[in-house]
Amino acid sequence: MSSGHHHNLFIPGSTVVHRLAPEVKLVAVFAFVIAVAVTPRRSIGSFAVDAAVVVVLFALARLGPRTVLSRLAVVVPFVSFAVLIPFIAGGPETEVLGVSVSTEGLWGTWNILAKAVLGTSASIILTSTTPVAEILKGLSRLRAPAIIVAIMSFMFRYLDLIVDEMRRMRIAMTARAHDPRWLWQAKPIATGAGAMFVRSYERGERVHQAMQSRGFTGTMPRLDTRSASMREWCAAAIAPIVAIISLIAGFALT
Amino acid sequence: MTTEPTSTPIVVVRHLGFAYPDGHEVLHDVSVTIEPGERVAILGPNGAGKTTLVLHLNGINAIQQGTIEVGGLKVDASNLREIRRRVGMVFQNADDQLFMPTVREDVAFGPANLGMSADERNRRVDDALAAVGATHLADRSPHHLSEGEKRRAAIATVLSMDPQILVLDEPTSGFDPAGRRELTELLATIGLAQLIITHDLPFALQVCPRSIILSDGRIVADGPTHELLADTTLLEQHRLELPFGFDPTRIPVGNVAHSDPPPST
Repeated sequence: MSSGHHHNLFIPGSTVVHRLAPEVKLVAVFAFVIAVAVTPRRSIGSFAVDAAVVVVLFALARLGPRTVLSRLAVVVPFVSFAVLIPFIAGGPETEVLGVSVSTEGLWGTWNILAKAVLGTSASIILTSTTPVAEILKGLSRLRAPAIIVAIMSFMFRYLDLIVDEMRRMRIAMTARAHDPRWLWQAKPIATGAGAMFVRSYERGERVHQAMQSRGFTGTMPRLDTRSASMREWCAAAIAPIVAIISLIAGFALT
Repeated sequence: MTTEPTSTPIVVVRHLGFAYPDGHEVLHDVSVTIEPGERVAILGPNGAGKTTLVLHLNGINAIQQGTIEVGGLKVDASNLREIRRRVGMVFQNADDQLFMPTVREDVAFGPANLGMSADERNRRVDDALAAVGATHLADRSPHHLSEGEKRRAAIATVLSMDPQILVLDEPTSGFDPAGRRELTELLATIGLAQLIITHDLPFALQVCPRSIILSDGRIVADGPTHELLADTTLLEQHRLELPFGFDPTRIPVGNVAHSDPPPST
């Protein structure tokens, strides 16, 4: 895939996960992530159940381990600092591989790591099985403010164009032997960024004219009236309900 | 300059004037009448005021001087919705026109603004996409279309509003010769009145029996395209140039685009 569409995470398919209405998937992912986030860090059993749910969904959506692992890599920068916690935190200590570290700190690392991986996995399932246009539709069916959905939709539509324009500008600079290495060579980049702002602003004006020409008066029309069936809601509810039951069970057992 | 209307004209522009707030005059006493089904090219050098003129037709530019009627309805702030339904404006850059995530949603945008029911809207969308041979593009994202496909989709976005006249700004810019020929054929199948801004003089000759030359905010010529293009002095005076080796006098009059249906590939 050319680098112009790198943000397109959707993997086409026709599995049951792909076919669910976007709004039920959005709600299910949100509920699942909340359930995971409030799970106490010592409820290892609950996390195991959540992990099982995620793995079953990966299998249902036909997402292979390579896809999943490469996409999970986005959490690395966020959790890397968590690895330091056991060395910094105080309190009682334990021996791990011959190094003495804080027990509380280890639990802290585990907490961040487990929740980040489970939460990201849930969003990987959503974004891999739902095109962006459908996610936006789902948001609007869930009555998200029309203006927010419209802004997201425009951003998605024009991001690639802006990236392409930036690439062309960089090529034009390189073609004239621009080879920035040092901070004092940053000026062309700064003026380039300024030019991008102006161009995007002008494009905004032209798009607005095109919208007005087709009767736009300030409110985005609601284009679809379809909504998810009860069956879809029930199917999508399984994952978060399992997570919530395991959460409650975890509380009951401790 | 104004020809006396025989039937109800689609567009009547009378003594239109427009100046920027700094006093710079862009349009000066412009009068044009366009009859139903007529295809008219607007020719002129850069900065002549061509786009400024057409943006008056649907009230994007507010009228400062003169009057405009579209299908007998006077353009003013109180009836802009109906005026914009009647005037299908296709902008120069299709990426500005196609702003929704999918082509289908974009084609539905106009009808939705007109407050149509979902059934009526879907019917209009299907008809408009079929009319430009773009049914297979309905669920694609505009970003992934070719220039030709984008232009087809852009035309569909205004056809779905059931306009009385199609206004196209530089429709062939950025096209390869094959794409240009396909567009020529497509426009010939659309029976609506069309007003086409273009720098592409052979294209104007092929598509539009009549042309208007706008220069420095004034209409300096209005007549049959083959006559205007044969007048070398007139062309020279207004920075219009035919491509090298192109001789409009050697092309028989009436040899405009033939009405083949657009290819559905």
